[in-house]
Amino acid sequence: MTLLRTLRPRLIVWLPAIATALALLILWEALVEVLDVQRWLLPPPSVISIELFESFDLFVRHAGTTTLEIVLGFAVSVALGVVIASGIVWSRAVERSIYPIIIASQTIPIITLAPLLIIWVGTDIMSKVIVIVLFTFFPIVISLVTGLRSVDQEMVDMFRTLGASPWQTFRKLMVPSALPNFFAGLKVAAVVSVIGAVIGEWFGASAGLGWLMKLAGPQFQTARVFAAIVVLSILAMALFAAVVAVEKWSLRKYPPTANQVIRLGES
Amino acid sequence: MNSGIQQFSAERDSRVVNNDALVELLGVGFDYENTSILDEINLTVEKGEFVALVGPSGCGKSTLLNLISGVLTARSGQIVANGNILSSDRIGNVSYMQQKDLLLPWRTVAENSRLGSELRGVSSSESNEQVRKLAESFGLSDVLDSMPHELSGGMRQRVALLRAVLPDNPVLLLDEPFGALDAITRSSLQQWLLNVLDTSDKAVLLVTHDVEEAILLADRVLVMAHSPNGIIAEFDVKSVVSSGDNDITMSAEFIELKKQILDHLGKHEVVR
Repeated sequence: MTLLRTLRPRLIVWLPAIATALALLILWEALVEVLDVQRWLLPPPSVISIELFESFDLFVRHAGTTTLEIVLGFAVSVALGVVIASGIVWSRAVERSIYPIIIASQTIPIITLAPLLIIWVGTDIMSKVIVIVLFTFFPIVISLVTGLRSVDQEMVDMFRTLGASPWQTFRKLMVPSALPNFFAGLKVAAVVSVIGAVIGEWFGASAGLGWLMKLAGPQFQTARVFAAIVVLSILAMALFAAVVAVEKWSLRKYPPTANQVIRLGES
Repeated sequence: MNSGIQQFSAERDSRVVNNDALVELLGVGFDYENTSILDEINLTVEKGEFVALVGPSGCGKSTLLNLISGVLTARSGQIVANGNILSSDRIGNVSYMQQKDLLLPWRTVAENSRLGSELRGVSSSESNEQVRKLAESFGLSDVLDSMPHELSGGMRQRVALLRAVLPDNPVLLLDEPFGALDAITRSSLQQWLLNVLDTSDKAVLLVTHDVEEAILLADRVLVMAHSPNGIIAEFDVKSVVSSGDNDITMSAEFIELKKQILDHLGKHEVVR
């Protein structure tokens, strides 16, 4: 009884998403059935689910490899992003020498770099971590620079009149002010990191969900490809949820303002 | 010298070293993007003195406070604050309260108040003690653990003032401290500020565009004007405040003073 009562508010929050997803799945299943689509062309959700359960161990093993790559790549990206963004905000010389290069680096299609990385660093985990970093450090740097710069000049002046050193101003004013932007960038990076892992595995790997998809495709194991996509989505959502959890915790400590959620459609 | 009102224009010949002066500006000029904002400003505020600076917006009043606090650097002239000649690496020895309260939203009232002490490396237990002692006269004892967004505008301004005065600097600069408040809150805070500063021997320099506020609070009112930007008149208003009358703003003396100051402001508005 009490369990139902605690679960009910959460159910209400998730119900629209669950209902929408279920409706789409039923539509998919029905269309495949009615139009008599070949299984190898587009398997219905029921066949994909069966594949997922029958080869469960296989998916868990390869998901483990991909998860390790993502966690490592994401961690390196955050560390690198924090250092670069702080440098850009700290000194104009740093900004002028590296900001344009960082932006230019994003115009290179990373997908073309992946085969080169395999040649340079080999097919072990390192090449995948580098691809993930290339995909994720940009949103982290941009959001953090924006966040650190969002501080009111008057606030900075106020800190100066109270005798703050530049480091104190950075730590006690700019970093807490940057948190909302920083987490927005982290959320983008979390989702994109999964794409980076798959692309890295595509061009040279011996394990991982991306490698599994690459292998299953040409053999017309279409259900396996779809099942791998399902597992990847779950991975991305889990990483996203982890970032949201850390965000909630840190914003409880450093609330940006009185928490307001603006919905223009409900005014 | 009628009814205790003194008036004389601020001449440039008053370059005398004054030992009681906590703030002294000698021939100070400031440019912004090649436009002269301030030129040849001379000004002194003595220990225990409350000086108000009135003038139209854009005449450089706030710039003057930014120069004295060291946030901006003067183009020419010399600024002495707290007995120190200001230079770009000498800053943070005057208390400065800006127009906005500028409270950090993630800190409680107590944590906001002790920011200055914290930045100087005073231990948190010691600075908390300082805050607690002052909080009572500021009417903030009950809200020390509240977050800024839970407070009214008037209370937030009190916290901002507490933060400014906690480092106990002999000089206090106030930039339109009550400018964003409604009339009732403003008048009660003005009265409260007078009581808080009553026993202090701080040198206070208040910038405002509210002539009544200037006469009520200050010992001396300086009138600033546009083009040329500078101090064009000075009034001694000490006698008006010291009478202790309840509705002082209705007294003949007050109205006469206000009229004279407004005349000076108005004259220059027309010229502009």
